[in-house]
Amino acid sequence: MKYLMKGNEALAEAAIRAGLKGYFGYPITPQSELLEYLAAELPKRGGVMVQAESEVASINMVYGAAGTGERVMTSTSSPGFSLMQEGVSYIACTELPCLLVNVVRGGPGLGTIQPAQSDYFQAVKGGGHGDYKIIVLAPSSVQEMADFVYRGFDLADEYRMPVLILADGAIGQMMEAVEFPEYDPEKDRVDHSSWTTVGQPEDEERHIITSLFLDPDIMEKVNLKLQDKYKTIQEKEVQFETVMVEDANYLVVAYGLSARVSHKAVELAREQGIKVGLLRPQTLFPFPSDALSNYASKVQRMLVVEMNAGQMVEDVRLAVEGKVPIEFYGKMGGAIPTPEEVLDQIKILSSFKIVKGS
Amino acid sequence: MNRETVEGIQCEFLDDLDIVADRPSRLLDVHMHYCPGCGHSVVHRLLMEVVQELHIRDKTVGIAPVGCAVLAYDYLDIDMQEAAHGRATAVATGIKRVRPDLIVFTYQGDGDLAAIGTAETVHTVNRGEKIVIVFINNGIYGMTGGQMAPTTLPDMVTSTTPEGRDVTTHGFPLRIADMVALLPGARYVTRQSVTSAKGVRKLKKALLKAFQDQLDDKEGTSFIEVVSNCPAGWKMTPVESNQWLEENVLKYYPLGDLKSPPKE
Repeated sequence: MKYLMKGNEALAEAAIRAGLKGYFGYPITPQSELLEYLAAELPKRGGVMVQAESEVASINMVYGAAGTGERVMTSTSSPGFSLMQEGVSYIACTELPCLLVNVVRGGPGLGTIQPAQSDYFQAVKGGGHGDYKIIVLAPSSVQEMADFVYRGFDLADEYRMPVLILADGAIGQMMEAVEFPEYDPEKDRVDHSSWTTVGQPEDEERHIITSLFLDPDIMEKVNLKLQDKYKTIQEKEVQFETVMVEDANYLVVAYGLSARVSHKAVELAREQGIKVGLLRPQTLFPFPSDALSNYASKVQRMLVVEMNAGQMVEDVRLAVEGKVPIEFYGKMGGAIPTPEEVLDQIKILSSFKIVKGS
Repeated sequence: MNRETVEGIQCEFLDDLDIVADRPSRLLDVHMHYCPGCGHSVVHRLLMEVVQELHIRDKTVGIAPVGCAVLAYDYLDIDMQEAAHGRATAVATGIKRVRPDLIVFTYQGDGDLAAIGTAETVHTVNRGEKIVIVFINNGIYGMTGGQMAPTTLPDMVTSTTPEGRDVTTHGFPLRIADMVALLPGARYVTRQSVTSAKGVRKLKKALLKAFQDQLDDKEGTSFIEVVSNCPAGWKMTPVESNQWLEENVLKYYPLGDLKSPPKE
């Protein structure tokens, strides 16, 4: 059965169906529908919704609730996600599963309420203090807003870490048809009872959740364990989609809303005979570096399109290691590129005549 | 009767004695890092007495703060979660809301609860979260080396108020228990101390009442302030610090109930 829903609502509905037990959030445009949907629905369907006094409180409520092993989440938009970073660092270090949502708006500062992708660095490079990463999923449709909730909770459980859905104001606000797949949250659910802080019987060892390790040797071991986990995730969990790449001489790389726009631009370019394809990362950490490296030896040039000043483009450059020139086209502060604008960039791309190996 | 020399002192041991006072079963038998004479260890002991007497270890979760008690879980043998500075009551809220069957308490100092965590403290009590907040007020930042706290008395010398706390530039000591006592969400707000045996007994009674109420799923938050000393931070001997506390601190922070639980 298909529903016509806003992205934010679809995400909230999927979270309930995924067995959400606790939601902790604070109103901020353009994600407030999430809060409102869950306020109306979650208490009726087995969970609790708390409107916190700030995003700082929200993320720390999530930290506490995640310590019980229940499925919990928060959502916010850019300035709110900045406020949450200290808490995310704690959750990453203590290895607690939870789902985070950032429906990104333009910045810096109070910025705008229009969609943007300017929180990429904050999302994929850690964001808070210390060496950590969180899994970052980048939906580009209302359907993916729902699908990534299930995947996000499963990944959070499997790797015991925060998973972030990095959307933007447009994906959150726009309405599309969405289907909710069959999903039983209790089936094959990871057993967390070996570490949760929920009280222990008299004859059993107690559990402690802490990120304080004063001995540098132990703190280094904690770090090595985290890095080891991130390596496994990089090897196993990369997800991306390609469009018309088989015969492509040029490759556009974009995620989320800019990938939708770029998809249209690629189609327009194809109509004009330009052999161009699209690679759309669905996971931003782990980043599809190997795939991009492979395409670097097949295409003549790449174009990265983002709604920011050029953030993911740095990871693309790191991935291709200079094998192929990388161009960038970006809009900032809530502005969205049009397919025609991206098409113009593709045309410039194809005007360079570089023959490989000459 | 057995005669034995213990650490160079000749002792006589009577046979068949009853144990009248013992370490609570869940207070770990380890050296504490607290300074000699510090009030933390007494409050730790009382908390574990309560856990033992109410038989609630299987459902109790404590939230450790940032401050001198940051390593409270090294001494309290119960499930504990370490909060970021000031966020203990938000962490406790998260736990209690998804697992209302658990007994949840926070243990926080004055910098943690009344400076960086003021918003969380006020709103947690305002929501009437069914938790126990244990607030240790010693008027100073002990762990970081004796800086001014929100609760530092006027004219008191600290490492960041070398000329004494000037209220015209540093603000006034914050009576946060009085503030939260005004909130409808507060169930029980009391201020006790651990400078005397009598005070310790009163604090124990207050803690028992607060935990029993949570066990009985009573409405509202219990907030227990413990006015404590900090001999190292105050640069006094333990005895001097207790004397100074009784003569000066209690004038600003008088002991007693600020809000009693509703009569039933």
